[in-house]
Amino acid sequence: MAFEGLSERLQGTMTKIKGKGKVNEADVKEMMREVRFALIEADVNLKVVKEFVKKVSERAIGQDVMDSLTPGQQVVKIVKDELTELMGGEERKIEFSSKQPTVIMMVGLQGAGKTTTSGKLANLLRRKHNRKPLLVAADVYRPAAIQQLETIGKQLSLPVFSKGTDMSPVEIARQAIEHAKTEHLDTVIIDTAGRLHVDEALMQELKDIRALKEPDEIFLVVDSMTGQDAVNVAQNFDAAIGITGVVLTKLDGDTRGGAALSIRTVTQKPIKFVGMGEKMDALEAFHPERMASRILGM
Amino acid sequence: AKYRKVDEDFFEELEEILLQADVGFETVIELMDELRYEVQRKNVRDTSNVQSVISEKLVDIYQAGEAETNEINFVDGLTVILVVGVNGVGKTTTIGKLAHRFKNEGKTVMLAAGDTFRAGAIEQLDVWGQRVGVDVIKQSEGSDPAAVMYDAVRSAKSRGVDVLICDTAGRLQNKVNLMNELQKVHRVISREIPGAPHEVLLTLDATTGQNAMIQAQTFKEVTDVTGIVLTKLDGTAKGGIVLAIRNKLKIPVKYVGLGEKLDDLQPFDAQKYVYGLFAEGLDKEQQLEDADK
Ligand SMILES: Nc1nc2c(ncn2[C@@H]2O[C@H](COP(=O)(O)OP(=O)(O)OP(=O)(O)O)[C@@H](O)[C@H]2O)c(=O)[nH]1
Ligand SMILES: Nc1nc2c(ncn2[C@@H]2O[C@H](COP(=O)(O)OP(=O)(O)OP(=O)(O)O)[C@@H](O)[C@H]2O)c(=O)[nH]1
Ligand SMILES: [K+]
Ligand SMILES: [Mg+2]
Ligand SMILES: [Mg+2]
Repeated sequence: MAFEGLSERLQGTMTKIKGKGKVNEADVKEMMREVRFALIEADVNLKVVKEFVKKVSERAIGQDVMDSLTPGQQVVKIVKDELTELMGGEERKIEFSSKQPTVIMMVGLQGAGKTTTSGKLANLLRRKHNRKPLLVAADVYRPAAIQQLETIGKQLSLPVFSKGTDMSPVEIARQAIEHAKTEHLDTVIIDTAGRLHVDEALMQELKDIRALKEPDEIFLVVDSMTGQDAVNVAQNFDAAIGITGVVLTKLDGDTRGGAALSIRTVTQKPIKFVGMGEKMDALEAFHPERMASRILGM
Repeated sequence: AKYRKVDEDFFEELEEILLQADVGFETVIELMDELRYEVQRKNVRDTSNVQSVISEKLVDIYQAGEAETNEINFVDGLTVILVVGVNGVGKTTTIGKLAHRFKNEGKTVMLAAGDTFRAGAIEQLDVWGQRVGVDVIKQSEGSDPAAVMYDAVRSAKSRGVDVLICDTAGRLQNKVNLMNELQKVHRVISREIPGAPHEVLLTLDATTGQNAMIQAQTFKEVTDVTGIVLTKLDGTAKGGIVLAIRNKLKIPVKYVGLGEKLDDLQPFDAQKYVYGLFAEGLDKEQQLEDADK
């Protein structure tokens, strides 16, 4: 694997510094060079890397570290702690509304995993939170997007609200919320079409859906393999519609997933779930510490 | 505009621009070393003259001594094209676009619905088939993809079509079972027609970062990838990693995807691509500098 060498190098530096009885500024600098390299190779955005390295360096050459009995171990710990902290610290739970129904919007770039995650989320909310979800087919653009969601609904024996491709997504969402009320379905999950963050017309469509009934969650669904551009995507989606959280998909792959850190840093919105496979039970709560280790290759 | 000097600051900026285009550390460092040397040798003084030098070097790195090969390897009789890649990168959409393109060139085209796994995948390919006006060979969801391919190759041969394009399910390269399944699909095709598939196109998403290198490595091992289609270049991502992939693995990019419509596919142009990696970034830096003055 391409990252093996990197991981070894990083662990090498970490081990070296860990074993030291005394750590000076040059040691820290040397280690931070390796950390910077590791983070960039893990797809953490360059600007985010810079800030991070600066912050950690300041802490690491602080007097308390230098004077401690195990300065090397302290420095390694700082790197991981800071990364975990940046990742959001504690696990964050999903929000439900007191006013029925709870509305959840799934948004993101093309192919990120919105439709699949809609199904997984509905399944999880039913099983773990005893909710009655309604899946809403609001992607009228992608070929067979509606059939895809309908198939998923059938697999899960969950209702899917669809009106074909002639009605506007905003109208579909409006009717779906009404339908949920009359059918006593307490959670509406709206699957929207994939779109570029720079597509103004389609971003407006999301604003219009959002205006129907303030969603309790707007999840930005992000492919964990995303590179440097992740910050642009997240910033634009957040600025346009105000996301409430992030779902990181395809983490069953072997990507380092540095995009997670970038997105978290620029939006300050929590990563709430991770997708761990294509099947409908492959959605898990997010663990900041595990993600920190993964990005560093430790 | 007044152009700045080509100094160490300039190189650092360029390095950052390329890293932010996902080119990757190794390749960027290699490039920067060669560029410093080249700039010195040619005595390039300001940034207005350095752009062409950068372009040249990037194309050099991209090609690594190989000839430009973005043509599809059409053979006499039936040409089989297998499209592979990880989940959601744009395989099925690209197949629709390719079919449209080949049909416009006067070829008869057939599609094989080899993704029998993902919900709605067969229907999706079917819609593309209807849009383009070509036949789609399919079986029911959940059936063996190798069996679909066998069927498709047989029908394509008996109907005398020129091109058969085979869709496959998205799979992450670290899933051994799924990669074995892909190998089997590949084998079934070669058994029916020696030398086929004539092209194996790996679809890569331009928004993907460094993981695309591992994707290319693994898919190449399993299916003998002959070319890359770089999709979603209509966004703000630059797809810099394919530069490193071509340099290291010698896989050429054949097409780029620039949208979701039938016509949004273009043959790869190395010059244009490398220019996109850095020029806009340099301009932006220049504007910032100018504004500072
Ligand atoms: N391995 C893996 N695959 C996933 C995961 N989540 C989604 N996928 C796959 O990724 C591909 C794209 O998923 P979709 O749900 O269609 O993505 P989307 O965002 O709805 O796509 P568009 O509607 O076209 O924008 C499919 O092949 C899914 O099976 C995951 O967590 N792991
Ligand atoms: N903007 C843009 N979107 C694209 C491009 N190519 C494909 N897409 C979109 O990306 C999404 C995924 O495309 P698919 O063709 O379904 O991808 P796939 O690789 O077949 O996905 P799976 O079969 O689920 O693995 C769809 O929403 C497409 O419309 C492109 O070049 N630009
Ligand atoms: K993707
Ligand atoms: Mg979808
Ligand atoms: Mg597909």
